Amino acid sequence: MEENLKVSVSPHIFSKRTTRNLMLDVVIALLPAAIASVVIFGAGSLLVIATCVISCILFEALFNLIIKRKQTIGDFSAIITGLLLALNLPVNIPLWQAVIGSFVAIIIVKNLFGGLGYNFANPAITGRIFMLIAFTGSMTEAVFPAAVDTVAGATPLGALASGEEVGVSLLDMFLGLRGGALGETCALALIIGGIYLICRKVITWHTPVTFILTVFVFSLIYSGDFETALIYVLSGGLLIGAIFMATDYVTTPTTALGQVVFGLGCGLITCLIRFYGSYPEGVSFSILFMNILTPYIEKITMKKPFGGVKK
Amino acid sequence: MSFFKMSGVVVPHMKNTCEMQAERMPAPKSVVIPMNMHIGAPAKPVVQEGDIVGVGQLIGEAGGFVSSPVYASVSGKVTKVDKITGTNGASADAVFIESDGQMRPFEGIKAPTVTNFEEFVAAVRDSGIVGLGGAGFPTAVKLGVKDLSLVREVLINGAECEPYITSDTRTMLDRADDIKEGIELLEKYLGAGTIIFGIEKNKPEAIAKMKEITSGDSAVSVKELPSIYPQGGEKVLIYNLTGKVVPEGKLPLDVGCIVINVTTLASIAKYIRTGMPLVEKCLTVDGSAVASPKNLIVPIGTSLRDVYEFAGGFKAEPKKVLLGGPMMGIAVKSLDQPVMKNTNATLALAEKEAERPEENPCIHCGRCVNSCPLGLNPVAFAKALSLNDCEALEELKINLCMECGCCAFNCPAKRDLIARHKLAKSELRSYQQQRAEQEKKEA
Repeated sequence: MEENLKVSVSPHIFSKRTTRNLMLDVVIALLPAAIASVVIFGAGSLLVIATCVISCILFEALFNLIIKRKQTIGDFSAIITGLLLALNLPVNIPLWQAVIGSFVAIIIVKNLFGGLGYNFANPAITGRIFMLIAFTGSMTEAVFPAAVDTVAGATPLGALASGEEVGVSLLDMFLGLRGGALGETCALALIIGGIYLICRKVITWHTPVTFILTVFVFSLIYSGDFETALIYVLSGGLLIGAIFMATDYVTTPTTALGQVVFGLGCGLITCLIRFYGSYPEGVSFSILFMNILTPYIEKITMKKPFGGVKK
Repeated sequence: MSFFKMSGVVVPHMKNTCEMQAERMPAPKSVVIPMNMHIGAPAKPVVQEGDIVGVGQLIGEAGGFVSSPVYASVSGKVTKVDKITGTNGASADAVFIESDGQMRPFEGIKAPTVTNFEEFVAAVRDSGIVGLGGAGFPTAVKLGVKDLSLVREVLINGAECEPYITSDTRTMLDRADDIKEGIELLEKYLGAGTIIFGIEKNKPEAIAKMKEITSGDSAVSVKELPSIYPQGGEKVLIYNLTGKVVPEGKLPLDVGCIVINVTTLASIAKYIRTGMPLVEKCLTVDGSAVASPKNLIVPIGTSLRDVYEFAGGFKAEPKKVLLGGPMMGIAVKSLDQPVMKNTNATLALAEKEAERPEENPCIHCGRCVNSCPLGLNPVAFAKALSLNDCEALEELKINLCMECGCCAFNCPAKRDLIARHKLAKSELRSYQQQRAEQEKKEA
């Protein structure tokens, strides 16, 4: 009798976690920040988000078509890149620049290296850094929230760097009523997203907490003032970077120890750039730099095989 | 004492049959008994076509030191001795017996005389018992220690960590007397100072029963293990019960431990009491295609087809049939596959469960790394394998992988990791062989 049984190597059951539902969880975790950006910066932010997300999906689809690879847009990773990139841009960025940023992120950083899982650098961050250097003017222009009356002045970090008065209360900083990129300002929304990711076991606390604590401690030492140190933590792209970009699986270490090392390095580099560099913000650069170091961090923080004997 | 934190994964228990006492299956029309149901040299057939055999009659003698004898599981006529293809693809001799339906015991059956350690080990060897938890390692070889003073702890493995399987649970509940006798034998002949039961805490009745039968004996303790797969893995069990680490390339005995599965222990006691060798197995019959899951006691060599038929058939077309549990079980290619000594379950999976999910690229999430109980790094294995870098595989200790399946179970990209690890291990073995030959030539 012919049964036509399937044969495969064990195991024969699998956890419910899939690449797709992990990515979907990240998209969900980014929604509070995206909604906050619309509330804070107005409907213009929707346009930037839509531009980045749609162009990222299209670039990914196009690339797959050209190289005749199976379509990968269903894994949601291009959507995350688009969302993250958009949330790292100011609201009045010219849309064609956002499209170029998406191109760099999806085509150059991600797909030319082999697509999801093979890129060594975070696509959204590298896209943003490219834009920061190519379109410095529109990227660094301090855009103030529609919800706030102030119309001129520097971002909190810019103010801190030049020794001016920050002029924004800690509560406003926490709620995101300050100048900056779309999704980086509202600490509340980002923390909600971070807690969601930790509860859903998508990420662990190691990288974000170490990263943020390192920045806090060094800022405290540097400024000698508790409140200023808190402002440092709440300004720039620290929270979005620490929670969403420094926890990208592909480009960061896998073990808890490795993640602590990664977070420490990011925090340290961020502070060095913030305190001594010519750019007011260093979160993106620090993550990119640590991305490059990831294979080495992995190597030195690898677990010791149980009962393994050195030969 | 090491502070290594043992990982693992939380798997669905699906112990649907744990309340079901095993039913005895009547003699099937015929059985096919392979000679290689254990680790080591295959047994050599000692019967020929036309021979009349009784239950418990020797049909294959041990083929070497690491080997085990094989006995007829039904009474009847040997129809042929022929090669069959085993689950690992290798062919081996098998004895085909047509049952007379009588289940007439072989007249030569008598309880062995056991008065000392040597006779005890000889009896275990004659019993045909091998590691019944699934490993199939000849038990007499494991127990035949040269220096009894080395044995500090005997660990009784009742973890039964695989989903679905409840045959060891049933042994603990239904054959507690055999287990008690087994404990007494170990104390008497092995001089075991400390005996520890390790049972996963999802089996409270079994834990209670084992505590009950050993309550008068201060040398015996029953420890609850967390319900985290794979508690039953030998190194995992030793570590969790004693805190000892079995070093690479060493045996449990090197750290003073012997690990015996509960059903193996019960079977030893039964043989020494009755003289009836290992001819039947209790197995869990379950899976999404099975109409009524249950535990059955079946003659070794019964085809899975007969087992499923007696169990009540299928409610859906079986698309994948396993020997063993879903984490480490082997998918068989035909229902003609006979039940073997180390078979403790057979699962028939319907379409949906049988389908292996599609593989996606590794996203480096580290779930494999963080779930490996032995602290190995499947991400690095995959990289080394793709570069065919055997030196890296050696350094990463791929040889330690016990193929428990935690990494592949947890992988969100559903990478076929265990298949890769098997491949990597065989690549490493041939590399090491070549290197050894090279060194020999140079020397």
